[in-house]
Amino acid sequence: MHLESLRQTWPWYVAGPIIGLFVPVLLIAGDKRLGISGNLRHLCAAALGGRIDFLRYDWRGTGAWNLAFLLGVVLGGWVGVELLGTREIAIAAETKAALGSLGVRDFSGLVPRELISWEALGTWRGLLMLAGGGFLVGFGTAYAGGCTSGHAINGLSHFQLRSLFAVIGFFAGGLAATHVLLPYLLGAR
Amino acid sequence: MALIGYLLLGLVFGVTLTKAEVVSWFRIQEMFRFQAFHMYGIIGSAIAVGAAARLLLRRPAAVALCGEEAEGKGYRYWLGGAIFGVGWALTGACPGPLFVLVGGGVTVMLVAVAGALAGTLAYGYWRGRLPH
Repeated sequence: MHLESLRQTWPWYVAGPIIGLFVPVLLIAGDKRLGISGNLRHLCAAALGGRIDFLRYDWRGTGAWNLAFLLGVVLGGWVGVELLGTREIAIAAETKAALGSLGVRDFSGLVPRELISWEALGTWRGLLMLAGGGFLVGFGTAYAGGCTSGHAINGLSHFQLRSLFAVIGFFAGGLAATHVLLPYLLGAR
Repeated sequence: MALIGYLLLGLVFGVTLTKAEVVSWFRIQEMFRFQAFHMYGIIGSAIAVGAAARLLLRRPAAVALCGEEAEGKGYRYWLGGAIFGVGWALTGACPGPLFVLVGGGVTVMLVAVAGALAGTLAYGYWRGRLPH
């Protein structure tokens, strides 16, 4: 395979099946279920021990494999960006126009630097988006018992109804935030 | 499998999320605005491949996710899911991409990771008082 093809944006019909294969590969590897958000719980359990019921369990026994997976995910981000290079994300013209009208001008990175950067963190808007948004990600996935990988990919691959409910919830929340909260936050009421 | 094996699998997962731009705030906006097929194609084909492979393996289907306990009345999936969805749209990152971005040099995402850990802790603290 030519390296140049790895550097391009991987099309959905390549990336999707690769991601889907993690479901059987993890089952075969050790009867494990794909899911990233469980690691947030493992990390809290590791840091705080058994002071809270939710965190009183054998995180090493149940979570060591997943924490190793998570470390790989971090390294994968480094490999993907530093070795395989990112270019400007070729999003739809309509999205670019809509975000432009909200004041987003810099489309050169993986994330909008005006909103997501150490400089932007100094603004109440940036702080709310990152610290506040991160809090909701952690609270919501712990409450729902899974995230996009655990509920959408793994759960729906297992035809679990509760995962369907969770995924409908993900989209309800995401749509509300995108179409109501974000325009409000970015000042374009 | 040894831990190093899971680390290598995670590496492939992280590279795939990066190169398919699933970790991009812009792609998540495009998805929630229904302006491109990209993210739906990824999630849809991942589920199709995952389900087909899982059926071929004939493993028992009903196993708890992430070591979670009993289901309750199901409120947790709607409510927790919607709360996570708001965070997903704001940060542009679900839990996997949060960590991918840190590795990819968007170090400010550590703030969102810290927020996510605080959120997980808050859930643990309030769990008894939340409807499940």
